[in-house]
Amino acid sequence: MDDRTPGIRPRQTVGRRLDAMARWVFPLAMTVALVLITSAPFRLPGQAELQNAAALACVWFWSVFRPLSMPPPAVFLVGLLADLLDFAPPGVGVVTLLVAHAVALRWRRSLTRQGFLMIWLAFVTMAIALAAVQWLLTSMLTLRLVPLGPALFQAMLAAGLYPLLAVLLARAHRTIAEPANA
Amino acid sequence: MIQISMPLRQALSKLTLPIFMVASFGLMLLGKADALLAERARMAVADALSPLYAALAEPLSVVHRGIEGAQHLATLHEENARLREENDRLRRWQAVALALDAENATLKAQLRWIPDPAPSFLTARVVADAGGVYARAVLLSLGPNHSVARGQIALDDRGLVGRVTELGTRSARVLLLTDMNSRVPVTLEGSRGRAILAGTNGPRPRLMYWAEGTQPAEGERVVTSAEANAFPPGLPVGVVRYSTSNVPEVVPFAQLDRLEVVRLFDYGLKGVIPPEASVARQSERRR
Repeated sequence: MDDRTPGIRPRQTVGRRLDAMARWVFPLAMTVALVLITSAPFRLPGQAELQNAAALACVWFWSVFRPLSMPPPAVFLVGLLADLLDFAPPGVGVVTLLVAHAVALRWRRSLTRQGFLMIWLAFVTMAIALAAVQWLLTSMLTLRLVPLGPALFQAMLAAGLYPLLAVLLARAHRTIAEPANA
Repeated sequence: MIQISMPLRQALSKLTLPIFMVASFGLMLLGKADALLAERARMAVADALSPLYAALAEPLSVVHRGIEGAQHLATLHEENARLREENDRLRRWQAVALALDAENATLKAQLRWIPDPAPSFLTARVVADAGGVYARAVLLSLGPNHSVARGQIALDDRGLVGRVTELGTRSARVLLLTDMNSRVPVTLEGSRGRAILAGTNGPRPRLMYWAEGTQPAEGERVVTSAEANAFPPGLPVGVVRYSTSNVPEVVPFAQLDRLEVVRLFDYGLKGVIPPEASVARQSERRR
């Protein structure tokens, strides 16, 4: 993993490798867990929107800060799970999350230099654009004009949720999810 | 591990995203082309999670009840006065109902009326909300050897909830009558006019296609109609309310936002079976 950084490193024992692996898998595991938790029967108003918003925020955060732990197959898996739990036309959530991932990969170098506010603004802009994409795809796949309201509500929810999640995820990013700590 | 040269590895890693993008569009097409496969995948996930949800449902419902109890404490006095008044009113109605029931029985006896067979039913716990951003449905937890079939009718203690549309081995999904895809043939109780109750994903479904001369009246009771042989006649659905834009809507009797337990009735009706089931039938026929 650290082929590029020279120096003296502790020996790669089995335990250490497992530790590094667990840290590497943490972002995906946490995102899947969050998607599952938000599908539990809490009877919150707008819980379905909350689930998609949480998935989007997590995928965006990890794609910006640790794309190695959120590769396209992982994004695909999260989107598929969200689609199946949501009883949405399969593929719509996958496409929106993959687009978010692609945007994050493209702009991450300039975004991480700009600080939190710019990352958040970019996220909000992207969430609104993705709401339109989601609405369009759902309308096309169900062959009817679905209302735009829920998709926009979901985008707003994601915008509000991101700062909260970012605080927790940023802490995890530096501690639990850091393979170098292994 | 297979040894790959550095440029090839880089090229491959650049290709992963486009490949998965194409795969997701393929998934969309597949979901559209083979609705049965998508349904099976969904119900497999729901089946796997339903024991977990069922385990969670118990403590969560205690929490919900606690919150509701606290809310009720605040309005205890007014609520009590309202209930006393309502109780008096209902007692009068009970007397009327008993008299009418007796009269109905004698009239039926004189007419040699063939009674409808009593439907069998089973009761199931609602374990999760199986709706999404564009769907209104609930997930029921069932035993492993249940006898639930598609098209069975779900009622709560007050009125119609919806119909079973998807079945797993341990769970079933009930499409609520508020869902965008729900259409229920109904009778307007006052005028005996027929109409269709169409869900909008909002809390109040909308009345459509009533015949000329049977305009739904504000406050009129709406019950199911036996037309199309999908529902038995006379199940209570709701009350007509006109929206601010003067569209007749129905306030459902069933408490659709707080369903805990529903009864699934088997009326043996095979009139309209949800589309997924008809796909399954065709594939059975092909075999």
